[in-house]
Amino acid sequence: MTEFLQLVLAGLATGAIYALAAIGFTLVWQTSQTINFAQGEFVMLPAILVLALVRFAGWPLPAAIAAAALLFVVIFGFGFKRIVVDPMIRHGVLPLAIATMALAILMREGAKDGFSAEAQAFPSLVPTGAVTLFGASLSLRDLSILAVACLAVLALHLFLGHTRTGRMMQATAQNPDVARILGVPVERMILLTFAINAALAVVASLLVSPIYLAKFSNGETIGLAAFIAAIVGGFNQVRGALVGGLLVGLVDNLSAAYVSASYRTAVPLALLVMVILLKPEGLLGRREERAV
Amino acid sequence: MRRLDLNLFVLLLGAAILWVAPAGFGNYGLYVLSLWLVTAVAAMGLNLTLGYAGQVSLAQAAFLGLGAYATALMTAKLGLPWWLAFCASGLLCFAIGIGLGVPALRVQHHYLAFVTLAFATVVYLVARNEQWLTGGVYGLANIPRPAVLGDKLNGNLPFYRFVLAVALGLALVQWWILRSPWGRAFQALRENPLRAASLGVDVRLYTLLAFALGAAYGGFAGALYAPLVEFIDPAPFALSQSLMLLLMVIAGGAGYFLSPFLGALVGVALPEWLRFTGGAYLLFFAGAVMVLLVVSPQGLMGLADRAVQLVRERRRRPEPAAAPQPSEVR
Amino acid sequence: MRTGWIAALALTASIGAARAQAPAQGEPIKLIGVVELSGAGATAGTNWRNGIDLAVEHVNAKGGILGRPIQILHYDTQTNPGTTRAAVQRAIDEGTYAVLGPVFSGPIAASMQIAQRAEVAQLVGGEAAGLTKQGNAFLFRTSLSQADAMPKLASYLKEQVKAASVAVVWVNNDFGKGGRDVMIPELQKRGIKVAADVSTEQGQADFAADVIKVKNSGAEAVFVYLNEEESARFLRAAKQAGLDKPLIGETTLLGAKVIELAGEAANGVRGHVGLSVDAPVPAFQTFGKAYEAKFGVKPDHNGLKGYMAVHAIKAATQRMGKVDRKGLAAALHGATVTPTDEPGILIETTWDKNGDIDRESFLAEVQNGRQVITQTLPKLGR
Repeated sequence: MTEFLQLVLAGLATGAIYALAAIGFTLVWQTSQTINFAQGEFVMLPAILVLALVRFAGWPLPAAIAAAALLFVVIFGFGFKRIVVDPMIRHGVLPLAIATMALAILMREGAKDGFSAEAQAFPSLVPTGAVTLFGASLSLRDLSILAVACLAVLALHLFLGHTRTGRMMQATAQNPDVARILGVPVERMILLTFAINAALAVVASLLVSPIYLAKFSNGETIGLAAFIAAIVGGFNQVRGALVGGLLVGLVDNLSAAYVSASYRTAVPLALLVMVILLKPEGLLGRREERAV
Repeated sequence: MRRLDLNLFVLLLGAAILWVAPAGFGNYGLYVLSLWLVTAVAAMGLNLTLGYAGQVSLAQAAFLGLGAYATALMTAKLGLPWWLAFCASGLLCFAIGIGLGVPALRVQHHYLAFVTLAFATVVYLVARNEQWLTGGVYGLANIPRPAVLGDKLNGNLPFYRFVLAVALGLALVQWWILRSPWGRAFQALRENPLRAASLGVDVRLYTLLAFALGAAYGGFAGALYAPLVEFIDPAPFALSQSLMLLLMVIAGGAGYFLSPFLGALVGVALPEWLRFTGGAYLLFFAGAVMVLLVVSPQGLMGLADRAVQLVRERRRRPEPAAAPQPSEVR
Repeated sequence: MRTGWIAALALTASIGAARAQAPAQGEPIKLIGVVELSGAGATAGTNWRNGIDLAVEHVNAKGGILGRPIQILHYDTQTNPGTTRAAVQRAIDEGTYAVLGPVFSGPIAASMQIAQRAEVAQLVGGEAAGLTKQGNAFLFRTSLSQADAMPKLASYLKEQVKAASVAVVWVNNDFGKGGRDVMIPELQKRGIKVAADVSTEQGQADFAADVIKVKNSGAEAVFVYLNEEESARFLRAAKQAGLDKPLIGETTLLGAKVIELAGEAANGVRGHVGLSVDAPVPAFQTFGKAYEAKFGVKPDHNGLKGYMAVHAIKAATQRMGKVDRKGLAAALHGATVTPTDEPGILIETTWDKNGDIDRESFLAEVQNGRQVITQTLPKLGR
């Protein structure tokens, strides 16, 4: 029982990271039909930027984090949209998706060549140690990650549902043409989505890099997990991405322990196939109408 | 129709040039060329699936792996002739393609992508874990080269020419398919599936066929890959390689007949040529691909197409405001 | 031990005096490194390459090999077997005297027939047992084979750690599986129960589930056989979850990089170490300081392997008296190189006819963020 509890908590913590990545992924898809294959690298890079600022510019850690976060949101939020997405989006979904694939390679190799090919320790911003609950030793780090992720999602939810800008963003996501007619500044809303995606990636990066160690290859598993989580949860619902992320994290950890360690990576995919065969729009998704 | 004949001409001319040109190349150069051709065959399959039937397949490298393992097991372990293994590889992948496609396409048009994603992972894991069958992480070594007319193709130049001949044969088969009524059905699928259905084209059947054929080509490529590298382990057939093949097809220009060769050039030869930049060659590669896509989302063949059209327009310039030419059947 | 001091003195003296000697002249001898500079093997490969570069610098400063300087070049294999094959092929086409690398066992297995067919000696950093069992007369190790290291570790677990049950955590690649396949029978032979057999992925970042499995298996000790970075991640996860059983491993668990990345979590880890800059072999320490002076970081065992590989080539070539590509392999078989012959070899090393190495090795423990050698184990004397 205690083992199960520990696994559940560990799974939820991992899942929280996936959820953060999946939410940004879903938001970006909803508002601008962009499938961001570089989402995993988005979670990898901010930590590398922080370490680079500390090592090469000699900045203290808090300043480096703030600066890296800002830099990242500007370059990979606004910059990504203006330079990569805007020129390509009118040519269809697939060429843009492939461009993000190339971007992923670019980011990965840039981190490897520009910074280091080896893993680097990253300081933890959340407390370490463990607390005992029901006889199970639960790590404070996992609890903190869950807490931060929930806070971020809550903040996003409040923003989307209860502020004017948030509701304008929702309108843009649901139907950009009508939103435009109604006077919503659609372009600005889309830009904001990309910025939010970048910000979520920064948070995920700061949470995950202390455990995973900052390495240029961190993006690969996270990217795939985020993709699966977004689809399982429902590609057109932010809440779905949260549920999907937590589910994928849970399934991954539980299957590693109870099913088979060597087939561990296949289980989330099996989940994906089952979900789309039974409920194609995802667990929390809304059924989409086919445009003729 | 004219475009396809131009493709045939380029294909045959290219093959002739490629037959004689590399005679002076060292082992390494011949290896890269052979690898390029093998990758082009796999890309041909993906081009059929993606460029003509409009389906995204994320498992092309897995089909390559299936073909490679099937060939390795049949030739190295069972001592069967390579031709048999070659046909078996293609047939196996075709059957699996049908098997995957039937349930997936029943659900929704674009969920085949996810099924192929899952399939690719499972194939990789089985190859890695089931040591009794595939050699697991240790792989399968000493895969024999095929023998043509009693002559074992151990030398790199004869084997390269062999690969060239087989690749040419497969390309000709694809050319023939695209000229046939099947080809027209595939093109109708790409343009607008709903409209095609309303015209009586059995969308599901032809999509399935395109996917299964594409998978078969992956298997054929694998049958060539195994004797080329003479050793296989699961690593070259992982998901990331499937994504790379997808990237190659788009960079070449999905839906154009010659794009697999260009795309494979970008994916295989370009990184090799860029090695002189030191460790940063992948960086330049990714940057080049991104710039290419922003400039020409139809890939390299799209660029060539636009260049040709520009030249044609210049030639017609003396005539005032001629009516726009109808788009040619590609 | 005394020979160790003599060797260290000789090495220091020769490095110091090198500047006074005439540099190597004559037609350069080409050496090409086929190295993992990216991908999963990047850490190991970078160390190997740096060790080689340092060795080339030292050798050239002392007059090269038979008076000819070494010209060194490296190709990145991306830790990909296909790319490795292409790189080895290219190295041979370009006329390398010997192939240096790769380090990871998988790519080695994939590419070793190429050098074999071209009859070019290949010195590798891999430890997988199967490499030297395939009758390849041109493959040479630079570190102890798993087949020799695992029995030493199993005995250590039985006699000194006194564990009745052990959980085995291994990385699912050529290296990890090879180690596990040798270790488990050795444990069973000694009457130790295998409480858990946990496979993990190469490049895996999240070890929470694996640590939990190990914790709940009731094992009295844990044998951890992962690559360097994964080892660090595992140690952190283990500390996180409060896993307090002895963690025993091999060089990949006790290396400098692992200690740096795992921080506090590395303390108390014990194991068998084939090569280490912290070993009580003064020549190793001299090397470590020279490496750190040039590259700014401490080397791991792969740096030592690379350094020794170049010097092994030098020693064998000088014994032959000529630069003969085909003869190099024959010259290495059965050769014993001592630090008095060639200070750059750092420690007495013997190669047998299979290309396996016989050398002293060490038992170590991580104390206060440093690797401390606790015992020296003698050569097997084959």
